[in-house]
Amino acid sequence: MEILERIAVALQRGDEQQVGSLVAEALGAGLAAGEVLQRGLVAGMDVVGEQFRVREIFLPDVLLAARAMYAGLGLLEPRLASEGVPRRGKVVLGTVKGDLHDIGKNLVGILLKGAGFEVIDLGHDVSPEAFVDAALREGAPLIGLSALLTTTMPRMREVVELLKQRGLAGRVRTIVGGAPVSDAFAREIGADDYACDAARAVERVKALLGAA
Amino acid sequence: MDSLLARLSRGERLVGDGAWGTQLMLRGLPAGQPPEWFALERPEVIEEVARLYLEAGADLVTTDTFGGSSFRLKLHGLDGERGRINRQAVEAVRRAVAGRALVSASVGPSGQLLEPFGDTPAGAVEAAFEEQIAVLAEAGADVLCIETMSDLGEATLALRAARRAAPALPVIATMTFERTPRGFFTVMGTGAEQAAAALAAAGADVVGSNCGTGIGDMVEVARAMTRLGGPPVAIQPNAGLPETREGEVVYHETPESMASRVAELLEIGVTIVGGCCGTTPEHTRAIRGAVDAWRGSRG
Repeated sequence: MEILERIAVALQRGDEQQVGSLVAEALGAGLAAGEVLQRGLVAGMDVVGEQFRVREIFLPDVLLAARAMYAGLGLLEPRLASEGVPRRGKVVLGTVKGDLHDIGKNLVGILLKGAGFEVIDLGHDVSPEAFVDAALREGAPLIGLSALLTTTMPRMREVVELLKQRGLAGRVRTIVGGAPVSDAFAREIGADDYACDAARAVERVKALLGAA
Repeated sequence: MDSLLARLSRGERLVGDGAWGTQLMLRGLPAGQPPEWFALERPEVIEEVARLYLEAGADLVTTDTFGGSSFRLKLHGLDGERGRINRQAVEAVRRAVAGRALVSASVGPSGQLLEPFGDTPAGAVEAAFEEQIAVLAEAGADVLCIETMSDLGEATLALRAARRAAPALPVIATMTFERTPRGFFTVMGTGAEQAAAALAAAGADVVGSNCGTGIGDMVEVARAMTRLGGPPVAIQPNAGLPETREGEVVYHETPESMASRVAELLEIGVTIVGGCCGTTPEHTRAIRGAVDAWRGSRG
């Protein structure tokens, strides 16, 4: 089995050490960091995301795979910068103000990173201003908003409104998700997109950022 | 009033109450505060909601302590008040039901991912549960209700904490499942049948499921959880799945449609039927009616 495939398989198993040593080995053998990222880590996380979506595997498996992915990503990141590899796009991510849940949002972040996106994770309890400021500062064209509570869901609308007020509608787009959130709700508040789960979020982000 | 276990051993089927969070929000929960804030600042509102559920026919009335562990309260800066919050929540429900229903003290998840998947040590979570449960028991809870668990490991820690902090209290332990192509599992990967056996082995007097889904799916969850025999089963579904209308979240399952499935649950052998998110005292009243009708039909 070629080394990139072995990286993908080790990642799916959640074998942090193996992923780290294989990534180091691949780089040592002269493979480009961009290729190790795409055909090793991203390929592995693709499988993990899909298996989680259909619940062939569960959250613990995804978290272990993510840990393995980070082990590889840590080694790749300095090289990616020096090789000038263009990343797939930048996404600002966070759970809205008043909402302290972040497991779902973290999962989206893991899978987005696993798909090769740059993720600016603002954490939980994030104000509309903080979302918009971060998107401007980072030059991110997309904000991902999570809410787990019916009481905090309306905060999503405030982010969409603030983007409009600042004349950023269209330039910075929004995608929303979380247990109580629906497609209809997304349309109603004027969000650009909605994803019902983390794997779907990756698909929608790819579509939104034109990075198929 | 007789204890939970005495009533269940007589073959009684009991009615649990419905959602608390939404009832408290209707009564003016300040933005950014958790529902547990009411226990601290406005226990009379808790009495009011508890009375509504009592009058609707609930045999068990839940305390507003789901997020009463130090892990949850810390997030809201209320950690320093955790003793008062848990004590006053139990006392308020006790005053309201005045012996006409069992006081079921809610214990929800810590919200943390435990090691090795997250960074929270099991010991810290168990200690937090033990501390909360000791207060709930001392304040006069009749039953402990460990609920909405996804992680069997965490549920087991809570059960162990309950045995140590409140060995005399009966414990209900319920988990939240979602439908998968291979049956019902928690997001952490515990199947409904496996959960029933494991919760019983960890010392739960009643096992079951709450939240996550509506009563239609819960009929299937109940089949899985009763398959191996084992302890009595409690089922507390949401009022369907949440939908939004004009930016407000609504649960569409009416009291009548929920009540129409109650007999199925009872036939399967479910012993406690109540409600979770989106259910109201009207749902409880309808469930009460269905349970009484079912009992009547059996002479």
